[in-house]
Amino acid sequence: MRIELERRGSASPLFSVISPILSLLLTLVFGAILFWLLGKGPLSALYSFFIDPLTEVWSLHELAIKAGPLILIAVGLSVAYRSNNWNIGAEGQFTLGAITGSILPVLVPSWHSPLVLPLMMVMGMLGGALFAAIPALLKTRFNTNEILTSLMLVYIAQLFLDWLVRGPWRDPKGFNFPRSLDFSSDAVLPPLLDSGRAHASIIFALLAAVLIWFMMRYMLKGFEVTVLGRSERAGRFAGFSSRRMVWFSLMLSGALAGLAGISEVSGSIGHLQPSISPGYGFTAIIVAFLGRLNPLGIIASGFVLALTYLGGEAAQLSIGISDKVTRVFQGLILFFVLSCDTLILYRVRIIFGAGKTLAEGKH
Amino acid sequence: MKKLIIALAATAATLGGFSGGAQAADKTKVCFVYVGTRTDGGWTQAQDLGRQQVDKTFGDKVETPYLESVPEGPDAERAIERMARSGCALIFTTSFGFMDATVKVAEKFPKVKFEHATGFKSGPNLATYNSRFYEGRYILGQIAAKMSKKGVAGYIASFPIPEVVMGINAFELGAKSVNPNFKLKVVWANTWFDPGKEADAAKALIDQGVDILTQHTDTTAPMQVAAERGIYAFGQASDMIAAGPKTQLTAIVDTWGNYYVKRTKALLDGTWKSEQIWDGLKDGILTMAPYTNMPDDVKAMAEETEAKIKSGELHPFTGPINKQDGTPWLKKGEKADDGTLLGMNFYVEGVDDKLPK
Repeated sequence: MRIELERRGSASPLFSVISPILSLLLTLVFGAILFWLLGKGPLSALYSFFIDPLTEVWSLHELAIKAGPLILIAVGLSVAYRSNNWNIGAEGQFTLGAITGSILPVLVPSWHSPLVLPLMMVMGMLGGALFAAIPALLKTRFNTNEILTSLMLVYIAQLFLDWLVRGPWRDPKGFNFPRSLDFSSDAVLPPLLDSGRAHASIIFALLAAVLIWFMMRYMLKGFEVTVLGRSERAGRFAGFSSRRMVWFSLMLSGALAGLAGISEVSGSIGHLQPSISPGYGFTAIIVAFLGRLNPLGIIASGFVLALTYLGGEAAQLSIGISDKVTRVFQGLILFFVLSCDTLILYRVRIIFGAGKTLAEGKH
Repeated sequence: MKKLIIALAATAATLGGFSGGAQAADKTKVCFVYVGTRTDGGWTQAQDLGRQQVDKTFGDKVETPYLESVPEGPDAERAIERMARSGCALIFTTSFGFMDATVKVAEKFPKVKFEHATGFKSGPNLATYNSRFYEGRYILGQIAAKMSKKGVAGYIASFPIPEVVMGINAFELGAKSVNPNFKLKVVWANTWFDPGKEADAAKALIDQGVDILTQHTDTTAPMQVAAERGIYAFGQASDMIAAGPKTQLTAIVDTWGNYYVKRTKALLDGTWKSEQIWDGLKDGILTMAPYTNMPDDVKAMAEETEAKIKSGELHPFTGPINKQDGTPWLKKGEKADDGTLLGMNFYVEGVDDKLPK
């Protein structure tokens, strides 16, 4: 007996619908087996992973805090990826946006005005966009690979932040600890509601997702992104410039990552410190693909991934499973989603007996 | 395929039987937040041994949930808040970087008690506790000066906060009490917990010619590098002898357990108060690992110093001490007060490094 994958003539509409459900079910089943092998009650483990964080209001706030930057970054990345520009450096653009957005509260802390926050957000977006312009310049000018350049710029951004908070931007009253002074209340994104910590970053994220979805669906720009991404030549015949698209898509994704960065620093942290992200820029790549590069899908996948983080923590506390299990679990989800997606384009054929097919004859 | 489906169905069917796990509601919850993993062989492992001691001492009366690998920053605030909400009566947050997060959550939950390790911000329901690590480091310095052939030791430091600077100075002062020309090189790893960076720092120091290593970071990576390169090293926070049976001279071991037990008992008795504790060798919050891999005379010296510190006869920061640039700091016989030590941001003479400013 042998199993073969056979390419379908066209994408299967049935499996487009079934695939996410199937992958979720498989994740749950294998997750349950994993917990069972660890000697934990599978149902209670799954409950604390997926349901428990959703049962309390404060926890929903935390979910929004975690999902905000993921969605914001992933939405920008989806445009870049659809246009065939592989921005892997969102983590760096996030960091640089956080830095440029913090210029006002760190260097002019005495300036109190309602203008501070909007300016910070704009400067954060500018910082992220300009930082993403570097790989764009290198790609259009020298034809360098943006995967490498954008990735390596991540480390430059992180070390630059590290240097700033240990050196020129260090809080003189901070007992030598590497961090900037605390932002004044004018520079802090306030909580949206009294019931928890969630701040405007989730609003930015949802807004960005809807706008980008609208652009991709109804505007010429969106069409341009798709055409150039599928076939650069076809795009050129239509009069689209692939160079301009490199600039546009990278700077757009950079700007959104930068906005995520400054929102996180202003809303969740309240000062700059050497490490401001648990890897949002990289996790957002997963979010973008889980959401099938569709902004509305990304909203869903952003919340799912955020949930696994919170759920991992909740499960650690309530039933004592290691935090490493969270990572394994996230890996399971990604694995099953990607493998179930294969079924959309391929059909599985189980062949009984031997030596009857062409493929066999080649061996 | 059919078999697989049957297997899956069977698994699904048995799931119900394993779920549940009811929790006893009458247990008091004493909770711990860790910055690393509890098997790091260093700082967090020492914290976790303390937690286990609480567990053993109080048996059925107390439950000790913990969260490990909690990053310092916004995630810490959520983790601590989660504990406060999950019914923890007393929460130990065991890294300096959890300070602001602990302060915020403590203000939000006035009925829950908090204790933050090595910090300087406290409140009515937020105590701080710390250990006089510098007492142990002074002894390490003395041993280093005896054992080093080159007269240069390497120090893998984490962050240039007073706590760490104080440790570097104590080590150098101990070494100089044996060899006045002893030099100390410092590398800033800029992390508490990163085996890769710590190992790199260790290699860089050895390449610069040091023949003894000591560290103020959390993992056994430097000890392993020292063992590979055949030089001596000191363990940090936990007894690291397993990582370097022929390498470790001794270790300053954090023995938090007694303190945790004391505070848990106070909680149960209703006598818990917010205090700022700074205990040392004599209180048992800090212990020296067995003195190994050294001649008897060095061991005798170390034991004598340890006894003198415990009895109060010797205070490592006793003048005359000059600052790094040669200007006098403490006059002969003068002792540094706790406030100065806790805000220390300068090196003493003999440290071969520029303090990051």
